[in-house]
Amino acid sequence: MTDTVTSTPELIDGVYREGAPIADSKAPGGDIAGKWTTRKFEAALVNPANRRKLSVIIVGTGLAGASAGATLGEAGYQVKSFCYQDSPRRAHSIAAQGGINAAKNYKGDGDSVHRLFYDTVKGGDYRSRETNVYRLAEVSADIIDQCVAQGVPFAREYGGLLDNRSFGGVQVSRTFYARGQTGQQLLIGAYQALERQIAAGTVEMYARHEMLELVVVDGKARGIIARDMVTGEIETHLADAVVLASGGYGNVFFLSTNAMGCNVTASWRAHRKGAYFGNPCYTQIHPTCIPQAGDHQSKLTLMSESLRNDGRIWVPKNAEDCDKDPREIGEDDRDYYLERIYPGFGNLVPRDIASRQAKNMCDEGRGVGPAVDGVRRGVYLDFADAIGRMGEDAVRSKYGNLFDMYERITGENPYQVPMRIYPAVHYTMGGLWVDYDLQSSIPGLFVTGEANFSDHGANRLGASALMQGLADGYFVLPNTIRDYLAKGPFTKISDDDPAVVEAQQTVTSRLEKLLSIDGTRTVDSYHKALGKVMWEKCGMERTEEGLREAIEEIRALKADFWSNVRVLGAADGLNQSLEKAGRVADFLELGELMCIDALHRRESCGGHFRAESQTEDGEALRHDDEYAYVAAWEWGGDDEAPVLHKEDLVYDFIELKQRSYK
Amino acid sequence: MATSTAPARAARKGPPSILLKTVVAVTGLFFVFFVLFHMYGNLQILVGPEAFDEYAHHLRTFGEPMLPEKSFLWVFRILLLASVVGHVWASMSLWRRAGQARTTRYAGKKKTSYGGFYAKAMRWGGLALLAFVVFHILHFTTQTITIDGAHASPAERVISSFAVWWVVGIYALAMVFLGMHLLHGVWGAAMTLGLNTSLQRAEQIRFVSILLATIVVVGFLIPPFAILFGFIE
Amino acid sequence: MKLALKIWRQDGPADAGQMVRYDIDGVSEDSSFLEMLDLLNEQLITSGEDPVAFDSDCREGICGMCGVVINGEAHGPERTTTCQLHMRSFNDGDEIVIEPWRADPFPVIKDLCVDRTSFDRIIQAGGFISANTGSAPDAHATPVPKEDADRAFMAAECIGCGACVAACPNASGMLFMGSKVTHLGELPQGQPERGARVVAMTEQHDLEGFGGCTNLGECTRACPKGIPLNVISQLNADYRRAGYGGSSAD
Repeated sequence: MTDTVTSTPELIDGVYREGAPIADSKAPGGDIAGKWTTRKFEAALVNPANRRKLSVIIVGTGLAGASAGATLGEAGYQVKSFCYQDSPRRAHSIAAQGGINAAKNYKGDGDSVHRLFYDTVKGGDYRSRETNVYRLAEVSADIIDQCVAQGVPFAREYGGLLDNRSFGGVQVSRTFYARGQTGQQLLIGAYQALERQIAAGTVEMYARHEMLELVVVDGKARGIIARDMVTGEIETHLADAVVLASGGYGNVFFLSTNAMGCNVTASWRAHRKGAYFGNPCYTQIHPTCIPQAGDHQSKLTLMSESLRNDGRIWVPKNAEDCDKDPREIGEDDRDYYLERIYPGFGNLVPRDIASRQAKNMCDEGRGVGPAVDGVRRGVYLDFADAIGRMGEDAVRSKYGNLFDMYERITGENPYQVPMRIYPAVHYTMGGLWVDYDLQSSIPGLFVTGEANFSDHGANRLGASALMQGLADGYFVLPNTIRDYLAKGPFTKISDDDPAVVEAQQTVTSRLEKLLSIDGTRTVDSYHKALGKVMWEKCGMERTEEGLREAIEEIRALKADFWSNVRVLGAADGLNQSLEKAGRVADFLELGELMCIDALHRRESCGGHFRAESQTEDGEALRHDDEYAYVAAWEWGGDDEAPVLHKEDLVYDFIELKQRSYK
Repeated sequence: MATSTAPARAARKGPPSILLKTVVAVTGLFFVFFVLFHMYGNLQILVGPEAFDEYAHHLRTFGEPMLPEKSFLWVFRILLLASVVGHVWASMSLWRRAGQARTTRYAGKKKTSYGGFYAKAMRWGGLALLAFVVFHILHFTTQTITIDGAHASPAERVISSFAVWWVVGIYALAMVFLGMHLLHGVWGAAMTLGLNTSLQRAEQIRFVSILLATIVVVGFLIPPFAILFGFIE
Repeated sequence: MKLALKIWRQDGPADAGQMVRYDIDGVSEDSSFLEMLDLLNEQLITSGEDPVAFDSDCREGICGMCGVVINGEAHGPERTTTCQLHMRSFNDGDEIVIEPWRADPFPVIKDLCVDRTSFDRIIQAGGFISANTGSAPDAHATPVPKEDADRAFMAAECIGCGACVAACPNASGMLFMGSKVTHLGELPQGQPERGARVVAMTEQHDLEGFGGCTNLGECTRACPKGIPLNVISQLNADYRRAGYGGSSAD
């Protein structure tokens, strides 16, 4: 698996090379239902007395990081936890609204571990690894038990038992929720468990710290270089293993539903040190976000998909009606395009289809709302029919909080004027490649949650992100990392080890470089430019031509960045421009890899729609014979082509099918 | 800054702040009880000066012959004094802590400030009340301050004093301070004693505090104004 | 829109700091308050001046990272977080005074950024239920009356932004602490540690140097999540039942 490329293979498509395939993801054999039990049994144990001699660094304190920190702390390991925010409680898991899936079958409607497994693989458009997904479904029920025990206030019925709802078009009610704040409540639960371990002394917390480099000694991940964002000090932290739980990279698009600080730096630095990056082009675009109002906008806000249950989506039939008051556009002049194209599913088609059709309408010039850069990007989500049918009060009780949020952001009253929505980047299924143990291609480097690529394939089901983060952190990683730690404690490394010094120097020289360019453009202007390229050419619909252009544009932008960016101030204190500059520099490199990945995958699947690969009536067309594999990319070096390693996806327990929503 | 592991800090000085709040609340409620009792006595003057004098006399002979004369009165006075000391000490401690908790003040000024007004009513208003109580004791109890000569009968002292407009003015002003103090004080005591458990209960507590404040202010101001306007002579 | 901003500038924790005036033009009514500051920073960087440091992360009102005092009000004139406050709440030509949270337990790091780790330490003291991973019984083993679950949820909505402290004339952290005590205390899972929790958290709260509550309610008016004042009363009640810190037994 970690075979290095011995002789340089030829350049493919002019942008990448292909290396040896990944033979084995290290899942145990046997029936799928028994694999996880087998793995837990076979993974070596660590004597409790030895645990306190073993240290683990965890980067990120979202669901995956905080839960892992708490659990490893409870087990007695020495944990150091890092986050860039001022407190671990701020991690962006907090913003997840919908819910968390678990195969509890509390409703008795025929749910089971196998059904959740099946739905997740199918939802992922058959591009996820069967073994990992099955395990995810298997531990899902334990997550709910754990969260309830630590005081997460899930919604309950009058009898005092937990309530469930069906979510994202799934036919069983398996989603647990806490009003529209499920992510917040789960994160606070994990955060409290983490704080408890901080008080107990097993976890040391480093808030306002950003990981800027991975330390690899003798081929093993042994620590990180982090910057104290308050004092500017560059610190070296060494350990027996490193866990990255640093989230997704949706901010490569500049405008996304991610938090301002979400970044790829931790993952990207690890990638540059040898960790493979899996399926970088798989991004999820959520159809019901509030559209961009102008050039000033810094982020997009998501509204729950449940709005599509009662709202009708339309655009004007004629482009000249686009700037009219929507209430003055007659019924005959409206195009309810989802109902027209997909009479069976109507407004409830899956996320990727709803998103892509909205883009098509706007590209045709029939978008509505304010024009940004000359294009109106928005479609109407109209509740007039629902209000007529159910009454305004019923609509208010069902969607009141979402309507209020919409009004606060746009200043428009959605009870009177149709809402405007537009798709936005929301989640990245791709991430660092990991094996069944969640270990990356660098021994000792584990990756959990959204930062890894493992469970969602090409598309993620609603209410599955929270499940994966907590499954990884509470149940999977603590069981698999012990097999690695049982071989430790590893040889002690001193701060002046050449590998450590080299890592420190990379960090300091990069910071110095950023501060010394003293050009004319702000960091944000590069980030916006990159976002525009990514959104237009590596967003909802990708073409061969567009991706090739994008690669060139990003390369040019990157070159310009390193010669013309302006970062003021010094490195020895809080400097938010400097932080952003480092993140954007990494996004520029990632953006190129995403385009290369998208270019090489000449099929449409899940969140990746390739215009050249569609059916006669314009639907996504997968090519299982050619592309049923994970694309794990190895860093090729600065200005060198990346190297592709394929991990074939073998479906032993599920049959591959094409999706159809007509 | 580096970690959020608790840094070594100087130990808290003094009792826990919730304990201080409780001292304020409990002594405050004792004052409410006292003030109602006091008001009942004052209103005796509406029945007639004799009734008022009898009430004043009974305060001295309460519990006789089991207890010696004035013993009840003195026990009550000592309790009141202790409560004043406790109330003022605990409030001042909290005031000082609040000052230490924000040593840099805001430059921007809020347009509407509910809390600022009440906070002032409690702290500066409370001090004003304390000054008034001292005056009141010097006036009616020790008779150090005399308005219209010395009188043996308590009722005569009251009637002769409140016939003077500015004396009524002082007492009326003090009652406005007392009303404001009670308006927030009763609410705060209920909060501190843990009685506010729901939004509905909060409404009830608000109602009771407004009611009590109104009763006390009106009840105390009836006699002086009745005297000033010549209804009682 | 054209605005006159008076912003607190402070280089570092040890610096004295001062209010500095900036005039800004071309602000969109549809931009959020923080996007207005983004615009100011872009202009400052272009003209070679140090941009204003301020905290924000999710910018959708849930992470609790942002928060400044605007014209004397924590999170500004609307009941929401600073990131969700939009410029249409202001008028063209307004003067806006922008300051950091002012409380000694929240020392200023730079400009408008403050250090709120004191809140984390209050949680460390006892704001949790001790339930090691893997030790939990089935989630349905203990039904929770809906009323209790709903009140726990209401209190659990706290985002830990610190506006309550910023708005409180006493710089008290009791709304924050009360919401955690109420959240965990309403649930059956939270009972075993209920007394010890409230005592330890209160002790830490006082140690950090927060003031005592005087029941004025400025906190709940500033709270972007509208946490009611009764959580403080609940805190007081639990503290009394725990023997005023004298004994940690409930």
